[in-house]
Amino acid sequence: MSLRIDQDHSRFRQIVRGRIRQNLRKYISQGELIGKQGQERVSIPIPQVDIPRFRFEDRQRGGVGQGDGEPGDPVAGQPGQPGQGAAGSAPGEHMLEVDVSLADLAEILGEELELPRIEDKGKDAIVEAKDRYVGIRRVGPNSLRHFRRTFRHALKRQISLGTYDPRNPVIVPVRDDMRFRSWKTEHEPVANAVILYMMDVSGSMGDEQKEIVRIESFWIDTWLKHNYQGIETRFIIHDAVAREVDRDTFFRTRESGGTMISSAYKLASDIIDRDYSSSEWNIYLFHFSDGDNWSVDDTLLCIQLLSDKLLPTSNVFCYGQVESPYGSGQFIKDLGEHLKDNERLITSEIRDRDAIVHSIREFLGKGK
Amino acid sequence: MAQFALKTDLPGYLRDEQRKIEQYAKNYGLDFFPTVFEVLSYSHMNEIAAYGGFPSRYPHWRFGMAFEQLSKSAEYGLSTIYEMVINNNPAIAYLLEGNSIIDQKLVMAHVYAHVDFFKNNFAFQSTDQGRDSLTGLLRRKWIDTMANHGSIVRRCANRVGIEKVEAFIDTCLSIENLIDPYRPFGPQPRKDRDSDQDTLQDEAEEVPRLRVERDYMEQYINPDEFVESQKKRLEQDVDKSKRVPKEPERDVLQFLLDHAPLERWQRDIVAIVRREAYYFAPQGQTKIMNEGWATYWHSKILTEKALDASEIVDYADRCAGVLATSGNQLNPYKLGVELFRHIEERWNKGRFGKEWEECDDLEARQAWDRRLGLGRRKIFEVRSHYNDVTFIDEFLTPEFVMDQRLYSFGFNAKNDRWEIESRVFRDVKVKLLAQLTNAGQPFIYVQDANHNNRGELLLRHDHQGVDLRLDYARAVLEALAHIWKRPVEIHTLLEGKATLLQYDGSSHEQKGL
Repeated sequence: MSLRIDQDHSRFRQIVRGRIRQNLRKYISQGELIGKQGQERVSIPIPQVDIPRFRFEDRQRGGVGQGDGEPGDPVAGQPGQPGQGAAGSAPGEHMLEVDVSLADLAEILGEELELPRIEDKGKDAIVEAKDRYVGIRRVGPNSLRHFRRTFRHALKRQISLGTYDPRNPVIVPVRDDMRFRSWKTEHEPVANAVILYMMDVSGSMGDEQKEIVRIESFWIDTWLKHNYQGIETRFIIHDAVAREVDRDTFFRTRESGGTMISSAYKLASDIIDRDYSSSEWNIYLFHFSDGDNWSVDDTLLCIQLLSDKLLPTSNVFCYGQVESPYGSGQFIKDLGEHLKDNERLITSEIRDRDAIVHSIREFLGKGK
Repeated sequence: MAQFALKTDLPGYLRDEQRKIEQYAKNYGLDFFPTVFEVLSYSHMNEIAAYGGFPSRYPHWRFGMAFEQLSKSAEYGLSTIYEMVINNNPAIAYLLEGNSIIDQKLVMAHVYAHVDFFKNNFAFQSTDQGRDSLTGLLRRKWIDTMANHGSIVRRCANRVGIEKVEAFIDTCLSIENLIDPYRPFGPQPRKDRDSDQDTLQDEAEEVPRLRVERDYMEQYINPDEFVESQKKRLEQDVDKSKRVPKEPERDVLQFLLDHAPLERWQRDIVAIVRREAYYFAPQGQTKIMNEGWATYWHSKILTEKALDASEIVDYADRCAGVLATSGNQLNPYKLGVELFRHIEERWNKGRFGKEWEECDDLEARQAWDRRLGLGRRKIFEVRSHYNDVTFIDEFLTPEFVMDQRLYSFGFNAKNDRWEIESRVFRDVKVKLLAQLTNAGQPFIYVQDANHNNRGELLLRHDHQGVDLRLDYARAVLEALAHIWKRPVEIHTLLEGKATLLQYDGSSHEQKGL
């Protein structure tokens, strides 16, 4: 049954959506939502979706309570406004938690950052149609007749009409008893995508720097997942040597020692060769570092790997340079110098949390 | 009654219970409107509760928000709505489908007491809509009124667009609480504004002097300063009579209806919001009494009449839930019912009057029992003639505050937390009354509609010790400026200093006075 409230409810959801959009930058840079990934829906607090009225400054006000305690003892719980308000006519005045799906959030993020939908590599037309049985209908071809259900309905009818005789249990289905399987055709794009994250975990990448990478990659993930089904993610960390790790390790590891960026690029190239042929996969490469590489030679090696291997095979190569008190920040300049004409290379400097949103736009804003 | 009874689709077993409980309630002397019960599914219950009981109300997003909160709170197991009852004649009450029979009995007894309260408490007289011309019965057809409001608003929305209408409702709701709940009981406003002014101006020509028997006394009896001050007062009176409003006006919504440059559909909406605010006002003014009264009667009816022995334990469990003081919050059900019982006991034992007041022998007081048996009569009288403020003011006693372990609390900035301030009777009473006065909201008056002689709207906050919350106050000024279409300002006190808050349509200003 549809409720009259549905209309008002959806108006409210619309307002909430607008509110989320207004506060999106805050939600993004706070990183609170990351802990909630993997859940279908996340709850986010929305400030003040309420109607302002003349009201008192709460803290000057106080009130009356009931229970134990001596003067000077803390009052348990929020005092709020005990014992007031007409029933049902006064909405709460606290923060409101609303449920949104991450997909919705990604869409809002996309709209807010004016991110274009990601273009597929010419394969967006390739869609596979798949039929799935999803339910039961009362009409259909005999070949799809659901015998058990049909039988059950006939039995039910005969029992209720009193024509069922347990000593002579003959069940004769009539038209109304017939039940048929029904199906739905689903279209699945066959285009696949993989995101490969690489992170510098040398001593100069501190907790704050990692947090920035974490938040930024979370939102990149979320946005790309919104565009592709079944997206794969792989993680590489490196200092002087690179290794592939799981997501958890990626964000937790703290190493120290020197930095050889080329080690990560080499490993990335190997992974692509082994698992993701560039003709079938959309490949997104992200590398985050504080921009301090071991030597000029290594940087040159990186550039060679990029121009020979990584750039030609991927949709886009994004290099994010997170500012740290120790990094020289040289690497981004080197990249710019040697590869500035390559339009698959996108670099972005991320000074602090507030710059994350801007950086995401730089990376994904071109819709590759 | 019969014509309404036909409408109920109450299942048979509940109808039987309903009849029994109705009879019990009548036998106890409760006097209620005919009451129609409906059984609702859980989602329908949430829907109707979100609409404040009126499923046909005008469309607005805040009902959607209330619905979301109610559903979620129920899903998380934080609350369930067991019942809802609408002040209407016939009264409409909703029962939650799937509740146990004990719950349903409890709710029905509770509902009859609420309806008795709606019918007999003076505050609810303001929700009367005259008498039915045919039957002579009291008319409270708020279900219809609300439905009419709904269709008026929908019609507006069709004409000017839902966004515009909804935004305007938002604006109106910001000032929804600026009504004068006593207005329905006061003298009705006089229409003949102009004639008043004329007489004043005529008189202004002659300054009143005291009568002098002998001329040479003139200077002594009517010295120049006196004549001068009389003259000034007269001029002020004339000034005042030109001012709109003449006296500070508490019913801001009515004032705007009379004087703001509103389009037709906007006027309709302001009028609707105002009427509904007046409808809900008595419920806000009598929350403690109303819930206390209903709780008193459901426990009396159930324990003395309606329960089987086998149901007592479940009932007690349910009742304990209703009366629990969760954490350290005040529970209106609990406070109300205890106070009614306290009053009943006092009047049964004759613990009132001069002799009682003057007795300061503790033992004598504790043993005091005159066996007057006036308790029942007294509580019926109280339910008719009091609201929460007068109820507390008159009947809260030091014994009660001590027995119920009431305390006042306040915010301690030093410790950054809310703390118990006092258990002293006077302190508790003062805080409680402050919390209930004007339903816990600031007193706001329209002072002048032509402030600075430039058509600006001046409001005054009657500061009674607590400042306005500034961010909200500013937002309300914006709403008012939207309606008034000229700058709007309010006089208030902030941290002890007289302050003017102004919004001119684009920016806010705040200055000392």
